[in-house]
Amino acid sequence: MNIGVGLPTSTSGISGELMLEWAKRADAGPFSSLGVVDRVAYQNYEPFTSLAAAAAVTRRVRLATMVVIAPLRNTAILAKQAASLDALSDGRLILGLAVGARGEDYQASGIDSRGRGRRFGEQLETIRDIWEEGKIGPTPKSPGPHLLVGGSSGEALARMARYADGYMHGGGPPRAFAGAAAKALTAWSDIGRPGRPRLWGMGYFALGDGTADAGAKYLRHYYAFTGPFAEKIAAGNLTAPGAIADFIRGYEDAGCDELVLFPTVSGIEQIDRLAEVVG
Amino acid sequence: MRFAVLGGGPSGLYFALLAKKANPSDEVLVVERNPPDATFGWGVVFSEETLGALRDADYETYTEIGDSFARWNAIDIYYRETKIRSRGHVFTGISRKVLLNILQRRCRALGVRLEFEREVRDVGEFEGADLIVGADGINGLVRRTYGEFFKPVVVTHPTKYVWFGSDMPLDAFTFIFRRNDAGLFQVHAYPFDAHTCTFIVECPEDAWRRAGLESASEADSIAYCEALFQPELRSSRLMSNRSLWVNFATLRQESWHHGNVVLLGDAAHTAHFSIGSGTKLAMEDSIGLIDALRRHRDLAAALNDYEMERQPVVERFQEAALESSSYFEHVSRYAQFDPRQFAFNLLTRSRRITYVNLTQRDPELVRTIDSWFAAAAAGSPDSALRLSPPPMFAPFRIGELTLPNRVTVAAGPDLETLARLGAGLVITEFVSVTEDGRITPETPVIDRTTQGKLKSSVERIHEAGSRVALLLGHAGRRGSMRPRSQGVDRPLLHGGWRLMAASPIAYTPHAVLPKEMTARDVAHLVKVFALAAKAAAGCGFDALELNFAHGYLVAGFISPLTNLRTDEYGGSLENRMRFPLAVLDLVRTTWERALMVRISASDWASGGIELDEAVAIAALLKAHGCDLVHVAMGQTIWEGRPDYRRLFGVPASDRIRNEAGIPTLAGGNITTADDANTILAAGRADLCMLELAAIG
Repeated sequence: MNIGVGLPTSTSGISGELMLEWAKRADAGPFSSLGVVDRVAYQNYEPFTSLAAAAAVTRRVRLATMVVIAPLRNTAILAKQAASLDALSDGRLILGLAVGARGEDYQASGIDSRGRGRRFGEQLETIRDIWEEGKIGPTPKSPGPHLLVGGSSGEALARMARYADGYMHGGGPPRAFAGAAAKALTAWSDIGRPGRPRLWGMGYFALGDGTADAGAKYLRHYYAFTGPFAEKIAAGNLTAPGAIADFIRGYEDAGCDELVLFPTVSGIEQIDRLAEVVG
Repeated sequence: MRFAVLGGGPSGLYFALLAKKANPSDEVLVVERNPPDATFGWGVVFSEETLGALRDADYETYTEIGDSFARWNAIDIYYRETKIRSRGHVFTGISRKVLLNILQRRCRALGVRLEFEREVRDVGEFEGADLIVGADGINGLVRRTYGEFFKPVVVTHPTKYVWFGSDMPLDAFTFIFRRNDAGLFQVHAYPFDAHTCTFIVECPEDAWRRAGLESASEADSIAYCEALFQPELRSSRLMSNRSLWVNFATLRQESWHHGNVVLLGDAAHTAHFSIGSGTKLAMEDSIGLIDALRRHRDLAAALNDYEMERQPVVERFQEAALESSSYFEHVSRYAQFDPRQFAFNLLTRSRRITYVNLTQRDPELVRTIDSWFAAAAAGSPDSALRLSPPPMFAPFRIGELTLPNRVTVAAGPDLETLARLGAGLVITEFVSVTEDGRITPETPVIDRTTQGKLKSSVERIHEAGSRVALLLGHAGRRGSMRPRSQGVDRPLLHGGWRLMAASPIAYTPHAVLPKEMTARDVAHLVKVFALAAKAAAGCGFDALELNFAHGYLVAGFISPLTNLRTDEYGGSLENRMRFPLAVLDLVRTTWERALMVRISASDWASGGIELDEAVAIAALLKAHGCDLVHVAMGQTIWEGRPDYRRLFGVPASDRIRNEAGIPTLAGGNITTADDANTILAAGRADLCMLELAAIG
């Protein structure tokens, strides 16, 4: 199992300088990928822009959107952005897409959230065609960015099995991941796709004295839209090296291919502390 | 702290005494609308696990409760004049009244204030309390007051049931099934002291009406049930305690707390009585809440923690309870089962007990079932051997064909890679009856060029000991797609071909629009299927599986979502089945070996085929010579609503097998031998398709 690290694009007090330094350390460290989240009505940095900046200061790590809310974007522009980032980074883009769960992001974008599942399906049906046809360039590195789809509904899993290369899980304890992974594998074989999907997981961490509360506070805020569930997510924040090691082992046992750990506090020392645990 | 507990049932009292014990300086008040000695219901059941939790939480009450317990380890099943006993299940039961008295005494001794016969009208009466605990049941005031925050979902079950007590001497958890003119009635009975048991009678609502119980008095109901179950009751009597016929309601709530208000037990959640877990879950809630309060100084954090710990546990029980209640709601479907299979199906109904669990609890019963299963599979149930293989390794006969075992796998393009897996039946990938019936350019067609290769693959599989079925189909509107290694249902950009279907509806937003089939096309296709079947026989296939599923050509006629025709092939089910049955009929005349048909038992889309219609479809297939139905799901339309949970195809297989009376192959997230053995022994399918990701 590969282990990646989230780029701090949504925690408080981020600067461009910090993000670039973080990306460099990720590239130099024991991490396979750098992940970014996507929200509109929130104080975070836009995912493609952030990854483009990271691409400029890295050579090795793969650059993963976890996930971009596809129906908020015009499909041609989305395909072009993804192709550009993939070409610029020598084929390092992992394009994770989903419908997203927050109504306010749709409202802020002036896009109707009703029918978003069907629209997302149409986007998935066309995005690879756009890359392959070449009318809308640049040409991404063949066969195009590695495509992952997230979401827990049966519809999401069917879309994943039809069009994607793998499944992006939304986070939670290893047991939750294992259940979702079994469903993803089933969806894949049920729909008649040969081979098996790549399985990606994610987790949250905050390491060092006094960071646990700040991390929990961030998660409560970030997931406020889920209501009381935000507390449960906050409680799952990994705040001790032992907890991270257990989490990693749990995900590996559950068949995860790549686990990306996102910081919940912003300091640059966070990635060094994580590197110590992971490395 | 000041605690106000609404409701003096087991969870309220237990929480109160634990709270007072944890901190004697706290003020704990319990308010109950009934007098202290009033109780409804008879006995309650606990598991060993719960007893351990009770021991750790409060040793004093644990000893008292333990002294009053009835313990037993058997389940008796009375069915069709047979009694089957299964051992190794540990149960303990106690009179609800005795339990409440123990808890009340302990509360008083610890200094909990108990106010009985106080009707609370407004939660505001407890404004001064630091924590208000709603332990006042499913219809309680606390839950109703804060409903908008708890977001309740209530499901009312279709059967009627009534709680009686009885002086029938029991030493086992007892199920009795009895059919009379009105319908099928069942009893769930369990002892709670040396001479009394709880005796619940359940029946479908229409049976309840036909029996005249709708307008019956309590005494009349007792008389009716005593007469009905006289063979088991003998001289024992039924006793009532406000015993009314009701429908069970399952309550789920998104949240169990709001501000300084928290719910316990039935006020938070309910689970069908047939898994006997209500009081157990309620008292475990009390322990969970106390533990959470001990762990956190902050009340909000404690209530969250309580909910996080308890909700997943409760959800698992609720899921098991739903499986269990659904079993009892449809039990008449198993009326033809051999008593041994009936018993196994009953014991494994909620999925909490599987073949492996039952083997640990009652190896003798499982050995009996294995022996019966293997002997019945060999066609000689009387010659059962003491040592027999587990059900998945019992042979299966379809007509003249005998499969060496019950495991089926789906092959990809390289048919022979699966030959050495050991499965009883290998099913090929989709093979098209014609060139334009292909799904992708890579889809094989059964014609002269492919027959030689297929024939040698079949021989190789036979050498390895497996049997092999050819999956024959026509893609219909799902044709002209790219190779599936690049994705599924992605239309070819170049080099595509023309498509036809029942009605001109494209499968995906960008797929080719198919031509509506004419009557001539229909007649031609029927012949094409029959010719393909003839070719299959030449290749040496043991069985043929016709693909009438997943939105391909034939399936397109069956589903009203994809068949908009107004001629004799559209409209009623009879019309929609006309073409599929014509294919089946003509194939049957040329193909003499085992013939299977794959259908989508649910379209997974509103307005489409659901299980009721699938049972009717399976019955038609059976009447036209189909030997076995392969129960698949969905893919009828591009944007369906799939459900990939564990064993997702099994409920449909169960219904089709046992209502249409035809053997079935079940698939759908079946990953372990234990799952397969459970499904087969319980009679929910005859063959199981295992997920290759799990075994390959």
